[in-house]
Amino acid sequence: MKGGLLKRTSDKLELMTLDLSLAGEKDLLEISERMGLALSLDEMKFIKERASRPLTDVEIQTFGQTWSEHCIHKTFKGDILTEKGTVRSLFKSYIAKATKELNKPWCVSVFEDNAGLVEFDKGYLAAAKVETHNHPSAVEPFGGAATGVGGVIRDILGVWGEPVAVTDVLCFGPLSTKQEELPAGVKHPKYIYKGVIAGVGAYGNNMGIPTVSGGIFFDSGYTGNVVVYCGCMGVLPGRLYVRNTKTSDYAVLAGGKTGRDGIHGVTFASADLSEKSEELRSAVQIPNPVVEERLKRATIRIRDGALASGVTDLGGGGLSCATGEMAHRSDLGLEVELKGLHLKEAKMAPWEIWVSESQERMLYSVPEVNLKRVLEIFKEEEIEVCILGKFNKSGRLNVTFRGEIVCDLELKFLYSPPKVKRRASAFRIPLKECKLKEPNDLGEELLSLLSDPNLRSREDVIRTYDHEVRGCTAGKPLQGELGGPNDAAVIKPLKDSWMGLVISCGINPFYEDPYWMAASSIEEAVRNNIAVGGRRVAVLDNFVWGNPEREDRMGALLRACEACYDFSLALDVPFISGKDSLYNESPLGPVRPTLLITGIGIMPDVRKAVTVDLKKNGDLVYLIGFTKEEMGGSAYLRSKGATGGSCPKVDASMSRKITEVLVEAIDSGIIKACHDLSDGGLGLTAAEMAIASGGLGLTLDMRQVLSQVRRGDLLLFSESTSRFLVEVEEEKSEYFERALKGIALSRVGEVTDMPGLKLIDPAGTESVLSASEMRKAWRGY
Amino acid sequence: MELKKSKACVLRVGGTNCDLEVKVALEELGLKTDILHMNQLADGTLSNYQMLVFPGGFSYGDYVRAGAIWGKEIFTKLRKELGKFTDDGKLVIGICNGFQVLVEAGLLPGNSVAGVPTASLANNSSAKYECRWIYLRVESRQTPFARTIKVWDTLWMPIGHGEGRFILPSEEALNELVKENQVIFRYAMPDGRPADGRYPHNPNGAAYDIAGICNKKGNVMGMMPHPERAFFGWQTPSQRGKRKARGDGRCVFEGAVEYIKKY
Repeated sequence: MKGGLLKRTSDKLELMTLDLSLAGEKDLLEISERMGLALSLDEMKFIKERASRPLTDVEIQTFGQTWSEHCIHKTFKGDILTEKGTVRSLFKSYIAKATKELNKPWCVSVFEDNAGLVEFDKGYLAAAKVETHNHPSAVEPFGGAATGVGGVIRDILGVWGEPVAVTDVLCFGPLSTKQEELPAGVKHPKYIYKGVIAGVGAYGNNMGIPTVSGGIFFDSGYTGNVVVYCGCMGVLPGRLYVRNTKTSDYAVLAGGKTGRDGIHGVTFASADLSEKSEELRSAVQIPNPVVEERLKRATIRIRDGALASGVTDLGGGGLSCATGEMAHRSDLGLEVELKGLHLKEAKMAPWEIWVSESQERMLYSVPEVNLKRVLEIFKEEEIEVCILGKFNKSGRLNVTFRGEIVCDLELKFLYSPPKVKRRASAFRIPLKECKLKEPNDLGEELLSLLSDPNLRSREDVIRTYDHEVRGCTAGKPLQGELGGPNDAAVIKPLKDSWMGLVISCGINPFYEDPYWMAASSIEEAVRNNIAVGGRRVAVLDNFVWGNPEREDRMGALLRACEACYDFSLALDVPFISGKDSLYNESPLGPVRPTLLITGIGIMPDVRKAVTVDLKKNGDLVYLIGFTKEEMGGSAYLRSKGATGGSCPKVDASMSRKITEVLVEAIDSGIIKACHDLSDGGLGLTAAEMAIASGGLGLTLDMRQVLSQVRRGDLLLFSESTSRFLVEVEEEKSEYFERALKGIALSRVGEVTDMPGLKLIDPAGTESVLSASEMRKAWRGY
Repeated sequence: MELKKSKACVLRVGGTNCDLEVKVALEELGLKTDILHMNQLADGTLSNYQMLVFPGGFSYGDYVRAGAIWGKEIFTKLRKELGKFTDDGKLVIGICNGFQVLVEAGLLPGNSVAGVPTASLANNSSAKYECRWIYLRVESRQTPFARTIKVWDTLWMPIGHGEGRFILPSEEALNELVKENQVIFRYAMPDGRPADGRYPHNPNGAAYDIAGICNKKGNVMGMMPHPERAFFGWQTPSQRGKRKARGDGRCVFEGAVEYIKKY
């Protein structure tokens, strides 16, 4: 670096000053790299051009943090150059656009605050947020996953919500991966798997928030890049939702001590993983759920007393982002003195304090009249607290350390980064026929699918998560007398209301076309929600993608976003919150592009929630929906190592028709059991219903299935969307069939008192699978 | 004592997280309940209450050993007052982490806040945290908490813990406990026979399938399962599409309320 560029300007503080006007292009890049900023040359130049004086390291770090992909989502807000022209902001052109056009009166706050807010019941709002914590989990699985959960719980606290449920969807490399095959710097999937699961459980269990919903997937596309989605849902009285920081309010920081853990977490998450990532272990934060439990108590007490004017959590970027955001969103400025902060280590440099992502910290704006009471509450809850400073009208972020100015930035400048430009190539997948020999024994195929790592029971994991704490879990993650799966979890969060919060997921990373992958994921989230009795579904999007600076990754992302717009509108489900994690690249290549859709529905009476287990001998079993030959990316094909075929598509108008009728049927009480069809198709769904049921089984006559598909295995395992398998009482069957007029409906069998599944294939050949052999295949015992 | 004039106190510290559902359960039965942080207790506060609950959670993170830190805190700060409380025949119940705390404080299976544990709730023999619904067999009605149920009744409730394996230092200690009718609940098979150590019916490997015990006098009880999570019918898992009209855990609190009424 050029001499004179970097100077130490204070004899008391570890503070450096950089004169960017002296820096050439090479120097700018070197500064970005050495200071761990992860800023591009354009961005560095942008700062250089607009800075009228040398900048301190605290200031430059503030830019690095605030402008990171993680914090500002520049790819989603930037310009995308395509063959057909420029897309200005994926976010505004697709995701938020659909929500705006749907314009639902029950959406109270979307994309604005720490979490999305929708109306719930009796003046209460429901809050929902889903985050990813992939990079930290790849380096330090336990801490990475635990702080992922901790972070998303704080997002709910950050909208004054009382957390009521946690969700987790996890994607790993195959556990059978050979150690020799892993390049340096990539940790073995088994190590990551164990750590992540322990981390998720430890945080939720310790905080006393039930972990009720999720999923686990294995694929070589995740070996180098583990995917950890953590979600949290909460409730709050609408009248206590306050976001109105005023000038002269105090900025109060509370919670854990600030340390050197979690420095540069966001910039670390905005770059590819490599062998060197291990050196960045310090970027992973250290979890302490009990501090967060106390912080939760204090936050709810402050909320109930209407003592604060605003709140936000400290996540990515630590203080540097939280303070700026809170001041900026209220068009204010803020003066901060760092001296009073509780530190884990005495000798931290001001910039380290400023960007540390140490966990379990929240920032509140508190009017002077309430300050004393707020401090008392923190004391009673044994929470360390520090008054950082006061909000003012300056529009500037002014930070001092022991009286010396270390940062003085105009917030308008800080929050108007240059727009990034990304190129997207058109996404094409070659059409390939799927060639697969027809198997002899469908029963055997079904048994082998039941034990597939991606389809088998998650009981061994689910039981390590407390899903009953708070005593509000009305729809359990394991259902029926023998622990079958569920479609969605149902929480009864309010004491004096039967209203349920219905939480579901949709995720289909194996469908090759990103458009239909996204479409089917949205439909699946809705389908799962409806299957238990949910309705008025809102959705959350969480993209996990590779490096957006590569045209092909960007092309695929664009295509997925197009589907988000199309199907959010067509299925009438607004997006209320979302988050993207890009730069998921490792020496093994990019992550398998993955979109998680979380569905948040409501149901008027939790006692009416429908489960998957069979209820009565002699009841009829119907398949709702039409079965097509849609095998592309299906679990069946993958289990055979085969590729090709076309992946499931979504007929939105049919889907809406089906869900509307099904909700009515559930409300009228004629649906005794219901399970949606997804991975593994009709075969898996029927088997799972039998597995969940004690003392009952079902027959499945494939000759009755409405379909053009004739081949048994394709009929049994096709993953066509918008389908449900339901149990209906015989006396109600006429009424039911009338209600579903105009919808593909097949009466495929009946409930019997023989535990297990009797399959009749298209040729009329019967095969019988006992419940115990299916159970053994599915859950291992 | 008239129920309207009585009150229960649910104590909490940092990491406690099952206090609210216990309050909901007790208030449903007409017993007014305050949730108090240990920091909110002043001298004599306890004397305002007829019942004291140590709820579940991870008090102080359960670092060191489950319940150990809070147990010691009770010994140092609350020994006298709690001693008087139990000597007066008032009720104390510890649920899950609360049971661990009472054992660590020496209150169970002993008879005073001795500060030295005489039993232990060790790591589950499965070596992991377990959350599941289990069956309990009522073994004795020595405690008011079991007064509204019958010996050999079967109850259905969830557990959620990583350290619940109840063990005693000797065979004699176990025999003594059994002889004194202090074993209240044992893990059982769905048909009500004792689980006899069989996993997952006995989910943690507890000696003699012990899930809950009381002190000699019966007014202090600790149990690993969560009666407050099996209080309302809607909290129970549905079976063949039906849920219980009322949860089996309700009886534990009903027993306490009946006792308070007569106290």
